[in-house]
Amino acid sequence: MNLSLLRVLVEERLAHRRPQVKPSVRQTLLLPVALAALPVAWAASAEPVIPFESAAWSTPENGIDARVLALLQAKGLQPALPCSDEVFLRRVTLDVIGALPEPSDVEAFVGNPDPDKRAAVIEALLARREFADYWALKWCDLLRVKAEFPSNLWPNAVQAYHRWVREQVRGNRPYDQFARELLTSSGSNFRVPPANFYRAAQSREPEGLAEVAALTFMGTRVASWPAEERDALAAFFSRVAYKKTEEWKEEIVYLSLDATTPLDVTFPDGTQATIAAGEDPRVAFADWLVRPGNPWFARNIANRAWFWLMGRGVVHEPDDIRPDNPPANPELLPYLERELVSADYDLKRLYRLILNSRTYQQSSIPQSPTAEAEALFACYPVRRLDAEVLIDALDWVGGTGQSYASPIPEPFTYIPEERRSIELADGSITSLFLEMFGRPPRDTGLEAERNNQPSDAQRLFLLNSTDVHRRITASPRLRRIAIAARGDRSQLVRDVYLTLLSREPTPPEQAAAEAYFGTPELTAADAATDLAWALINTMEFLYRH
Amino acid sequence: MDKQEAMSGVTRRAALKTALFGAAGAALAGRGVAGAQLGGRPKPAVAATTKAKAVIQVWMWGGPTHLDTFDPKPEAGRDYCGPLSNPIETNVAGIRIGQLLPRLAQQADKYSLIRSVTHGNNGHETAAYILQTGHEPGGRLLFPSIGALVSRFKGHDGGYVGLVPPYVVLTQPQGRFDEAGFLGPRYKPFATGGDPNANRFIVEGVVAGNISDDRQRSRRELLHSLDSLKTALPPDHAQAVKLASTEAKAYDMILGDSGKLFDLSQEDDDLRQRYGRNTFGQSCLVARRLVAAGVPYVTINHGGWDTHKEHFETMAWKLPQLDAGLATLLEDLAAVGLLDSTIVWCAGEFGRTPRVAWEAPWNGGRHHYGQCFSALVAGGGFKGGHVVGASDAKGEEPAERPISPQDLLGSICELLGIDPDGPLPNPRGMDITVMASEAGGVKGSGRLTEIM
Repeated sequence: MNLSLLRVLVEERLAHRRPQVKPSVRQTLLLPVALAALPVAWAASAEPVIPFESAAWSTPENGIDARVLALLQAKGLQPALPCSDEVFLRRVTLDVIGALPEPSDVEAFVGNPDPDKRAAVIEALLARREFADYWALKWCDLLRVKAEFPSNLWPNAVQAYHRWVREQVRGNRPYDQFARELLTSSGSNFRVPPANFYRAAQSREPEGLAEVAALTFMGTRVASWPAEERDALAAFFSRVAYKKTEEWKEEIVYLSLDATTPLDVTFPDGTQATIAAGEDPRVAFADWLVRPGNPWFARNIANRAWFWLMGRGVVHEPDDIRPDNPPANPELLPYLERELVSADYDLKRLYRLILNSRTYQQSSIPQSPTAEAEALFACYPVRRLDAEVLIDALDWVGGTGQSYASPIPEPFTYIPEERRSIELADGSITSLFLEMFGRPPRDTGLEAERNNQPSDAQRLFLLNSTDVHRRITASPRLRRIAIAARGDRSQLVRDVYLTLLSREPTPPEQAAAEAYFGTPELTAADAATDLAWALINTMEFLYRH
Repeated sequence: MDKQEAMSGVTRRAALKTALFGAAGAALAGRGVAGAQLGGRPKPAVAATTKAKAVIQVWMWGGPTHLDTFDPKPEAGRDYCGPLSNPIETNVAGIRIGQLLPRLAQQADKYSLIRSVTHGNNGHETAAYILQTGHEPGGRLLFPSIGALVSRFKGHDGGYVGLVPPYVVLTQPQGRFDEAGFLGPRYKPFATGGDPNANRFIVEGVVAGNISDDRQRSRRELLHSLDSLKTALPPDHAQAVKLASTEAKAYDMILGDSGKLFDLSQEDDDLRQRYGRNTFGQSCLVARRLVAAGVPYVTINHGGWDTHKEHFETMAWKLPQLDAGLATLLEDLAAVGLLDSTIVWCAGEFGRTPRVAWEAPWNGGRHHYGQCFSALVAGGGFKGGHVVGASDAKGEEPAERPISPQDLLGSICELLGIDPDGPLPNPRGMDITVMASEAGGVKGSGRLTEIM
């Protein structure tokens, strides 16, 4: 392929970019793409796309980046540019606490000259109360926390279980202890919350419990195992028993004392043991699982953490670890595992490591073909906000709240309106919005249950519902902006941008927005409404980027 | 272009597009007509006799009185009839109905009455669940309503390619009883909201109240000019392409022909008057327009029948509305040739106590009564001009041919070509039949074969 043909192709690729990328800039943009033979590096030789990208890195390269970059180099792929400060703050706030940044925080962050400010923001966010709320939501998806069907946890147990999970996240409980407690707890569903682990399974047969334990803590689907190994795993759960009490909907999980013989077991790695009568085989399994060097345990959680923050597992799907599904980057996953194990399973440390990497802080505009770039982490993948995060964002804009209630099953559940949706404990709470936007049903615990794909119904809702219209027109936050602007359109546009997109408008955006106020037969109030409506409907608002 | 042509134009146009709700619609669009390829299983044998293509359910939420509507008992005396003691003859010899339903009396050849529906449950929510699912509540499984079932077989999975969702509720959702149960949210109904009797029928997401079409267009342009992230991403970016396609389809609904289905100003004023210029009457008209465009299931959620007090005062205005709306619907469906392929059924979750509660504080009210009540069925293969079953002299017990909700719903399924005893494909992979009979409760005397 000669250079002029390449040039045409690249020109085509760039033709869709924002107008402020001047022709002279396009010349320089040619370099990294056309000369793929040059060493791949984090050097930002391409011109950044304003307002999404920065010209240069202030974030130092870390252990993750070296491994990602090495593979990109081997594959001839170019990493994306650094994301801009504005993009970073919005992204990291959404990813860590499931919320939009306050406009004042955006201004303070962007104006802060400290080169270490990104690391400081990460630290502050990890310490926020909402971090526990949002990450408990992820854990409760995985642990299938819901009052009714297919497992019947019942409402009080759901609240107790969710509260316990959130406390573990808030206290940053070492992951091995967290897992061990879930796997070995016995007792009342109300009084020993982690015992609910064994109640939240579609099937309470030993095979069903084994399936759940393997999926949750080994990231593997036992359905793909040979029958013999499946049965061997099920044996560890063959002495879990359940009984009712006099208290309404209370249930006790306990070790069955019926078995008076020792139990011969085989661990998934092939080692064998004998469990004495009266001993709990779950304890033997948990001890084996969390033992340092177990190939399954650290790999699963390291891969999940990466998936949660980067949108795609190093092993993909993130809960389908098996020999014939290798990691996309074979150096990266072991590195994350080692870092986690050497930090005594301190999950926040792992999150911090990922968040402080250049890999995480890349722009979402790929410099290589999108599918390959996303598979090998050469950009930050664009994905729609989680259902709960999106409704919280719309509530935040509109000054509204959701009054969730569940009249089934008993006892009825009513959630105070001021609670955010990411705090919802119960996956069976009825909500048309959450269902429309792909909240997971929490039936299986598979990560793929959460559906963040756009649908036509969602789009109709966002573009044309009275619900969204009312949020905008009745929003105290937007009204305050209009009052403060005192008829100064330029300031109004700027403040609406800062609120909804966590950044200032570019000059062309500013001009287009101001020009809209000149639309015939449109009042200034309607024009302001339409501006907010348009920004809410941009990909930039609706997607993590 | 006359009304018929306009309607079929809409259908053709809609048929060229992919489904509005649910991503699988596009993939399934090429699968052919309803009844084919149900979850990969063989086509049920009864499909060959399919008569009905669509259903209009008039849901009389609250529990309508059977004595004052379709099962009058003038011989039982004032304690049972109150002031409504003069039922009227219909255009079918031997069938009498309530005196406040004169126009329905002239359409009796088009419908049949079931006077022995029974389930014995007197709680609104439990009875509504029983009547629309055919199952006793409280079991481990939450069963889908008949609307969701039809949506499962006749909607996007059954070859329906319209933009309007396959299961529509006019206008307010019923709460848990139109729920899809274990079939999942894909089969939930689309509730329109708004009021079809208002100057502009505002349909949630489709027809906005105060946004003119011009403003829709100009703000869409504004959105495009400000969608900077989308502009910055490569043109083949999968997420951006997907989002853009949902936007295009949404605007087909908002500004295109599908949304116009809800625009009753296209209808003749005289016809609108005959339906009755009230929410119920105009809902009936919208239902006819939706069915004509191919929507397989429409529920008109018509509440207000829970008359513990002021029963007769309420009937004095409510029954004439029912009379005008339902009679015109039957007449109109027959006139445009849709009655043969459209089932209309009309019932509440239960009837009301035959004996009037004259005592304080009710002062002439009727209470919940699930032991014996009536339903009306018409069209789609149901014969008109018949009465199925009978209640006793006071309307208190089924005297002959007791009909359970499962008998009724199973009959509707059969006419639609859905085998009630055939497999029900479901997301959980359970081995279960369409009208699974494992739930206990009242046993009926079988499906309505005498009028099918």
